[in-house]
Amino acid sequence: MTELWQLSALDIARLVRRGEVSAREVTQAVLDHIARVDGAPGRLLEPGQDPAAVHAAEPGVHAFITLTADRALAQADAVDAALARGEDPGPLAGVPFTVKDIFTVEGTPSTAGSRILANFVAPYTATAVARLEQAGAVMLGKVNLDEFTFGSSNESSAFQPSPRNPWDLNRVPGGSSGGSAAAVAAYEGALSVGTDTAGSIRQPAAFCGVVGLKPTYGRVSRYGLIAFASSMDTPGPLTRTAADAALALQIMAGADPHDATAVTLPVPDYLAELEKGVRGLRIGLSPDYFRITRVDPATGEWHTEEVRPEIRAAVEAVAQALADLGAEIVPDVPMPHTRDAIPAYFVISRVEAASNLHRYDGVKYGYRTPDPVADLREMYRKTRGQGFGLQPKLRILMGMYVSAAQYSERYYERALRVRTLIRRDFEAIFDPQGPYRLDALLAPPTPTPAFPVGAVYGDSVLMQYADQLTVAANHAGVPAIAIPAGFDGQGLPLAAQFFAPEFREDILLRLAHAFEQATADAAWRARRPGIVG
Amino acid sequence: MSEEITPELFARLVELAALELTPEEAEYLRRELNRQLDAIHQLEATPIPEGTPITSHGVPYPRERRAPLRDDRWQPYPNRDALLAQAPETDPEGYVVVPDIPHETLE
Repeated sequence: MTELWQLSALDIARLVRRGEVSAREVTQAVLDHIARVDGAPGRLLEPGQDPAAVHAAEPGVHAFITLTADRALAQADAVDAALARGEDPGPLAGVPFTVKDIFTVEGTPSTAGSRILANFVAPYTATAVARLEQAGAVMLGKVNLDEFTFGSSNESSAFQPSPRNPWDLNRVPGGSSGGSAAAVAAYEGALSVGTDTAGSIRQPAAFCGVVGLKPTYGRVSRYGLIAFASSMDTPGPLTRTAADAALALQIMAGADPHDATAVTLPVPDYLAELEKGVRGLRIGLSPDYFRITRVDPATGEWHTEEVRPEIRAAVEAVAQALADLGAEIVPDVPMPHTRDAIPAYFVISRVEAASNLHRYDGVKYGYRTPDPVADLREMYRKTRGQGFGLQPKLRILMGMYVSAAQYSERYYERALRVRTLIRRDFEAIFDPQGPYRLDALLAPPTPTPAFPVGAVYGDSVLMQYADQLTVAANHAGVPAIAIPAGFDGQGLPLAAQFFAPEFREDILLRLAHAFEQATADAAWRARRPGIVG
Repeated sequence: MSEEITPELFARLVELAALELTPEEAEYLRRELNRQLDAIHQLEATPIPEGTPITSHGVPYPRERRAPLRDDRWQPYPNRDALLAQAPETDPEGYVVVPDIPHETLE
């Protein structure tokens, strides 16, 4: 029998709206499930306290920083009461969801995974979250992330133990929306709201075997999103099905008077678009997305490493399945500036991060040093020194260096011109008059499956290269989606990624849905993480 | 690994960034900055055609896609005390209190 906590968002909303199950029953079932699987929540540990020991004592997924059970049950009761009065509770009636703790939600701690905001209680709610709640969805709480979203493993969070991969608790869930991906994979809520600045929705979705959609920059409002790199930050949904991603995006997307970069283009009916199929769509494959290319600093020579064979095979199997459904596969599409995407990101994102992080100074909110200080400047230095972890410090220092007047032309301006070249790669392949005329590009989202806890963290260059196959979409602003595509020999999720022209999330969702339907009976679709039971 | 960020330059950046670091943090951060700069220098191997403009946002913003700017109007927040309660230190009149601001008297 299917348990209530296992249901998709679409099924929950349907059942609740018909009165076949109450929002409270669903919410309580998911809260009970969370109590079984999540273990110790992430928190600021005492000096000397070892996160591994906390994990060993209270093992689990550790997706949450703040569980807001009472708030969730009150929201569920409000949905049930609206139904009882004969009112429409909204298209997401009773759907339990989680929120990456980089969004403000009024009255909840909104920490960004950082000590510097650990005591900050948000005075207003982010637009993307507010819209889901207005549509009847029930917020379960705030989930963990890399500190200020700076990472690809969740290990940099000040709140420990950091989330684990539900498929193998010794591995990372990816990041920075690792709590979101882990929660969705472990059935702790039907959907989660994450953010993607370099791959922070798609990479953890790939590691945890769920759907992660990065919309076009400007499709979803950033109001209430604690900023990292403001020209790239993009809120989006993580779900277990393409249809749930369509439903969530439908609600989250659209213009917002609080964000001038949220565009006024009408929001399509994504759920209706899902059923259009993929016949005739032109899907590209690029050799530049099946290898990691970079200069070896020791020799100055270009160095190329192929993605793992099982990752290539999983993506090729997706291409074959879509070809069988009538899509046209276009091989050998050139994306020559893919290799420049991480070096350019190292510059651009750091400049924007440094600018955004200057506001944390211990004056109006957040952490202030308890140490005695001689003057205001010392208070700033101690507050920021104690409040920020290593990864924010690293980004602030790099951002200040590469944007300094005497270095800016060499670094920042060059990176912004390379960004233009990266964008032109996408313009060329999607050009309806061009040689490729693609509707989408198919690629792996990650060069490897989920890596073990502790394997990469600390090496800031290697960690950044975890985003090599995702970050170009953030430079170019185009939408992209990661979807489950099977498992490797160790039982770890494999994934595929599609990119589409700007504001064509409908194409991404059609492709994801078609592949899901075509593989619905495959044995791997029936697998569940062991911890879920 | 290059030594582009020398200890002296690093100390200057740390001062400008208003960060107090432990020696272990400083060692890690300076090493990683230099390693990241090695990766960044790869951009110099990419030819940039003459006249290539900068891209500061991936997606262009033509006027027809943009909402008009809001009126610049003051809106009171309904719960002033809750906002002030977030400040680390306030006085009874509701001012935010900070340590002495360094200043020098000009002759």
